[in-house]
Amino acid sequence: MAGKELVIVEDLHKVYRMGEMEVHVLRGITLKIDEGEFVAVMGPSGAGKSTFMNIVGCLDYPTRGHYILYRQKVSTLNTNQLAEIRNKKIGFVFQSFNLLPRLTAVENVELPLIYAGVPRKERRSRALKMLWAMGLKGREYYTPSRLSGGEQQRVAIARAIVNQPILILADEPTGNLDSVSAREVMVIFQRLNDQGITIVLVTHESDIAQYARRKLIFRDGKVVEDTGAVALQPLLKGGTA
Amino acid sequence: MRISLEVFAVALKTLSQHKLRSALTMLGVTIGVGSVIVMIGMGQGAGALVRTTIQGLGSNMLLVFSGSTTAGGARTGTGANLTITVEDAKAIARECPSVTMTSYGKRDFSQVVYGNQNWYTTISGVTPEYQLIRNWPLATGTFFTQRDMERGNTVCVLGYKVYMNLFGPERDPVGEEVIIHRVPFRIIGVMGRRGALPGGQDQDDQIFIPFTTAEWKLLGSALVGYASIIFASAISEDAMTEAEQQIRDLLRQRHHLPKDVPDDFTIMNLKDVAEMQAATGKILIKLLGGIASVSLIVGGIGIMNIMLVSVSERTREIGIRMAVGAKRSDVLVQFLIESVVLSCIGGLIGVALGIGSSQLVSLLGHFPMLLSPLVSLIAFGFAVLVGVVFGLYPANKASKLNPIEALRYE
Ligand SMILES: Nc1ncnc2c1ncn2[C@@H]1O[C@H](COP(=O)(O)OP(=O)(O)OP(=O)(O)O)[C@@H](O)[C@H]1O
Ligand SMILES: [Mg+2]
Repeated sequence: MAGKELVIVEDLHKVYRMGEMEVHVLRGITLKIDEGEFVAVMGPSGAGKSTFMNIVGCLDYPTRGHYILYRQKVSTLNTNQLAEIRNKKIGFVFQSFNLLPRLTAVENVELPLIYAGVPRKERRSRALKMLWAMGLKGREYYTPSRLSGGEQQRVAIARAIVNQPILILADEPTGNLDSVSAREVMVIFQRLNDQGITIVLVTHESDIAQYARRKLIFRDGKVVEDTGAVALQPLLKGGTA
Repeated sequence: MRISLEVFAVALKTLSQHKLRSALTMLGVTIGVGSVIVMIGMGQGAGALVRTTIQGLGSNMLLVFSGSTTAGGARTGTGANLTITVEDAKAIARECPSVTMTSYGKRDFSQVVYGNQNWYTTISGVTPEYQLIRNWPLATGTFFTQRDMERGNTVCVLGYKVYMNLFGPERDPVGEEVIIHRVPFRIIGVMGRRGALPGGQDQDDQIFIPFTTAEWKLLGSALVGYASIIFASAISEDAMTEAEQQIRDLLRQRHHLPKDVPDDFTIMNLKDVAEMQAATGKILIKLLGGIASVSLIVGGIGIMNIMLVSVSERTREIGIRMAVGAKRSDVLVQFLIESVVLSCIGGLIGVALGIGSSQLVSLLGHFPMLLSPLVSLIAFGFAVLVGVVFGLYPANKASKLNPIEALRYE
């Protein structure tokens, strides 16, 4: 399943400038993530995990370094092309769900399809199918405020995958959930990974990280430990041979 | 950019979530558009008023009344104190080069009886030239002739309203007899419809009889030879002022008025009257124009303000939309459509309001309003323009948001 390189970052730096002060958040990150991987990103608060995820998710630019997503150099793309990548190739899942409060569950799931230009009818049926697959039958027309945290996060996952992305980026998706809901969400991620979707997930909890097959530990803007890097080397060599 | 009906539906839905706020925001545009409609309606009405008054009253007509006029324009003399004569009228036609033709008249009020119907109306004794000077076609029959004048025949021509009241629309009155002042008159014609004069007097509510007949049969013989009004037709519209001067000079000479004595008659130039009436309208139009532009600008600023509030309230929403693939242009269009929908609804209400108040103005103010669908369209166009112009800045601001900062916004 693994093999094709999906994400390649090389010497990635991110510096925030706050007046005179410079905050060096990412200090040279180099790594590859292959298609089909399930990666957990861990590390102390402020280590730069979210910053890294935002750059990988094409929501933010690195200050320095290269980022290649799916053989495309992201730094050469304009904002419209980045929007299209976020729309078609990437699905985001956030700690705070980030559902639109005025929209129903199904309308929230439809959002990416609107920007993909999918016609109304097809949009509705695809969104409904996604919600059902997330075990949300009967909740389709609820607004987020009437859903439990776990249900809201499953709506968010449905939204993340409705446009069939190749990469899911989840920044502490279980951070606001009780342990039962957290487990449900992780089971869903595992199922999606089994279907071939690459997942990168930030978490503070090691039992959540257990679902992943590779762990990246961030500290002070650097990757200090990568459990998958070793296993990856021979595969890469084998691929190029 | 994907601008579909759906974008409008979404905008409507969003706006309906803040009904009161949206309604208050629209108010400025509503008043502005309403004022634009009333303004244009009045403007066109005023122009038409001048035209129809001049055409409707007759070809380049001047009126001469008995009695002098004060500086303020009020006439001091009354009909009882007649100073102008039939001979004056004839002299004007003969001696004033800029006058082609004159007529003269006397009027009284009387009950008119036909069978068991009766009607109280104005009896106008005039000469046959009257119909030519007034340029007034008949609905049926003929006007009386010079022969009727010479013989003092008891014939009459009904005004349209009198005819409708005594006979109704189906009956042909020509050849029938009506009783005026206990004298039977044979009806020989009915005047065409003319409507009300600018002063409000209904021209269709009168009966015309030969001047001589009026003198001999209806009015006291003491005033024979005097006229209460002279109608004079100038050779052209441009010659009206000239004609007025010639008539004044001639009448002063005929009445032997020394230099320091004021006129004992009044000349009314109907073109001036119509233009004066129109000028009053024009002041109102300017006032409305001011209200309209101020309201539209204030309305536009209101929209901009509310849209800016909306953008900052929905910063997170914008971030979410961008995260799932909205392009900057998508966000721009979304907010722009919202402000345009807001101003359009305000505009639609304004159009309705404008048409309503126009009707009210023409009803209560006796001012003819001319409204065409084009006027509503123009006014509505202003609303759309306001929505676009004042919506652009907030929408642009929304589209330029950084997705990460927008997502982090609380
Ligand atoms: N826009 C910004 N301007 C300045 N500093 C920033 C900005 N965004 C992030 N930072 C700083 O960058 C550092 C890393 O932030 P980041 O959100 O990536 O950490 P994290 O590893 O996700 O932490 P957590 O586990 O708490 O989510 C923090 O010290 C943060 O204050
Ligand atoms: Mg974080």
